[in-house]
Amino acid sequence: MFGRIAQLLIKEFLQLKRDKSARFRLLIPPILQMLLFGYAATFEVFNVATAILDQDHTQESRALVAAFVHSSRFEVTTVAATRKEIENAVEVSNAQVAIVVPPGFSELLLKGQSAPIQVLVDGTNSNTALIALGYIGEIANSFGQAHALDLAQRSGRALGQPLVHVDVARRYWYNPNLNSRWFFVPGVIGTLVLVTIVNLTAFAIVREREVGTLEQLLVTPIRPVEFIIGKTLPFFFIGLVEVSIVAGVGMLWFKIPFVGNPFLLLAGTCLFLLGTLSIGLLISTICTTQQQAFASNFFVLNPMFILSGFSFPISSMPHVLQWLTLLDPLRYYLIIIRGTFLKGVGIDYLWPQMLALATIGLILLTLSVMRFRKSLD
Amino acid sequence: MMAAQSAPAIVVDKLGKRFGTFSALDAVSFDVRRGEIMGFLGPNGAGKSTLIRVLCGLLRPSSGRAVVSGIDITQDPEAVRKRIGYMSQKFSLYSDLSVVENLRFFGGIYGVCPGAINERIRFAVDMAGLQGRETSLVSTLAGGWKQRLALGCAILHKPDVLFLDEPTSGVDPSSRRRFWTLIHELSAGGVSVLVSTHYMDEAEYCMRIAMMAAGRLVALGTPRELRQQSIGGELLELECANIGAAMDLVAKIPGVHDVAVFGDALHLLVDDGAETARAACALLAEHGLPGASARQIAPSMEDMFVHLVRTARAQGAAAGT
Ligand SMILES: Nc1ncnc2c1ncn2[C@@H]1O[C@H](COP(=O)(O)OP(=O)(O)OP(=O)(O)O)[C@@H](O)[C@H]1O
Ligand SMILES: [Mg+2]
Repeated sequence: MFGRIAQLLIKEFLQLKRDKSARFRLLIPPILQMLLFGYAATFEVFNVATAILDQDHTQESRALVAAFVHSSRFEVTTVAATRKEIENAVEVSNAQVAIVVPPGFSELLLKGQSAPIQVLVDGTNSNTALIALGYIGEIANSFGQAHALDLAQRSGRALGQPLVHVDVARRYWYNPNLNSRWFFVPGVIGTLVLVTIVNLTAFAIVREREVGTLEQLLVTPIRPVEFIIGKTLPFFFIGLVEVSIVAGVGMLWFKIPFVGNPFLLLAGTCLFLLGTLSIGLLISTICTTQQQAFASNFFVLNPMFILSGFSFPISSMPHVLQWLTLLDPLRYYLIIIRGTFLKGVGIDYLWPQMLALATIGLILLTLSVMRFRKSLD
Repeated sequence: MMAAQSAPAIVVDKLGKRFGTFSALDAVSFDVRRGEIMGFLGPNGAGKSTLIRVLCGLLRPSSGRAVVSGIDITQDPEAVRKRIGYMSQKFSLYSDLSVVENLRFFGGIYGVCPGAINERIRFAVDMAGLQGRETSLVSTLAGGWKQRLALGCAILHKPDVLFLDEPTSGVDPSSRRRFWTLIHELSAGGVSVLVSTHYMDEAEYCMRIAMMAAGRLVALGTPRELRQQSIGGELLELECANIGAAMDLVAKIPGVHDVAVFGDALHLLVDDGAETARAACALLAEHGLPGASARQIAPSMEDMFVHLVRTARAQGAAAGT
């Protein structure tokens, strides 16, 4: 039993050693995709082109404008002198946001009353607009709070209405700067590994079928389990290496903190790999050509990605789809990987995910072993 | 074990294989003795590969029974696999591994014990004449060498029975002769060989020949027996200009049962050779094809084969309606 598996492993690694492009294919694309995703897949907005009209001309109004500029979210492209100018800036030129500080702003502020500012937003790119609006609210809020605190201390007066938004603050607990890259990069690790491992496994077996070496193997006394273990174990190791590399890039390049238990992540990764290897195996038992395998992979991987909660929140999906997400191993792995990376949660919190991954993996593996018959019909 | 050795190496009894409604093998029966080389001849689609695959346990038979090396193939296919070697029609070793790496891999998969594996690899390399190429990648070997290596991989575990599916297709004549010498050596050592081929001349290398057409066994015997078997008449070889036109003309002469193209001549199966030879030449001259010559010849293996295949097809068509 172990002799045959060892022979298969030796063969796979010899072939991998000979295949110079394989080493390149295994290393470079995941790293490149990690970098690409890390920069592109973000809900954050930086350097929004902004027009400013300060009609108050006081120390307080200038401080507010400075607060916007220092956030690095906004870049002042136009300093307007009139209302007309600021409307032009949004309509004609390329300012996406305009902030107007009306006259009497500091007066209201000093009285401890609510002081309104006006914001004009180019809603063409509604996503950016909404996010920018959110930042403006936040910055203005914290400016107001700081000012109220300052005022209270100076006047010795108790704060009338504390403006503390406790519930908002709690949402961003694990990601205090609401840095969406922190949220995305761990997810990218899971997605990349899923795609790589399913592809590698499916293609490796379908290729042997296509060139005829599988037929030669089927007439030997090798057992299906031996064949499947010998054929998938290399990809299990490759998967572990891939996770380490991609996670390394995330931590070193994007400075994503890892606060959890690495062994918990390792355990979760192993269970996730069990599922992905089995999906690859199942595809390979159904397909006879590499072209079919390619089409099937596409057909299987895309829904898995969409249903995983990687970018679309599961809670906003229709109920039927929410049920479907329960079958998606990536869904559980994302919770494990985000949980260990960002929150440092333990097995007491992640065991349902682990259990789900193990169950899905074992069912898929059993199915593929059963489907893998030692015959051609 | 003694019983298995004296009994035939392969017993096939009314074996059938259907793919959907299509019958690729139809009630095929034959025996192969121990140490015998049995050749299977047949045109494309005759069912040679299907037969070999069923006997190797790659395909499940739809009907009938087969015993290989004393074991029923449907009852214990794994035990059968330990005792057979198989070379598929398509070359199927790992081309990105070296000669020795392939041998070591298949030796290990066949469960050759680690103590014996080096000696077996040595044996296979010597037999296949691959000395000096042990570390060459298989992709760099020429066709004949690959074929011999594939044979080497198939005999590492000392099988009782070898199944070779068109092992010499696409290989030059001298490599083919060398390959057949190897097969004879193996057979002298007691290995039974079931080999399929497209080449009529290779039939002479076999101890017995089975001819297949459309999934059925249409003849079985030694090469000598087959050549002597009546093909149902006398055979004329007709040489003339414009074979295509001549073929249609002579087919209508009474007493001509069959016309087939052989090289640049026609072979006619007729009742009376001398009479039809005169009639054919006269008919061709009448239709503007003078200078034809016809002579009576002894049927070759190929004539025999063409005749059998046509008869089988005609029967198949009759049975089909
Ligand atoms: N898996 C299959 N499914 C359906 N039909 C098949 C299958 N395998 C073979 N056949 C059909 O069975 C018939 C016999 O095929 P087989 O490969 O046994 O012929 P062969 O004698 O080996 O021919 P060749 O000389 O071309 O190798 C063919 O008509 C083929 O199309
Ligand atoms: Mg064939």
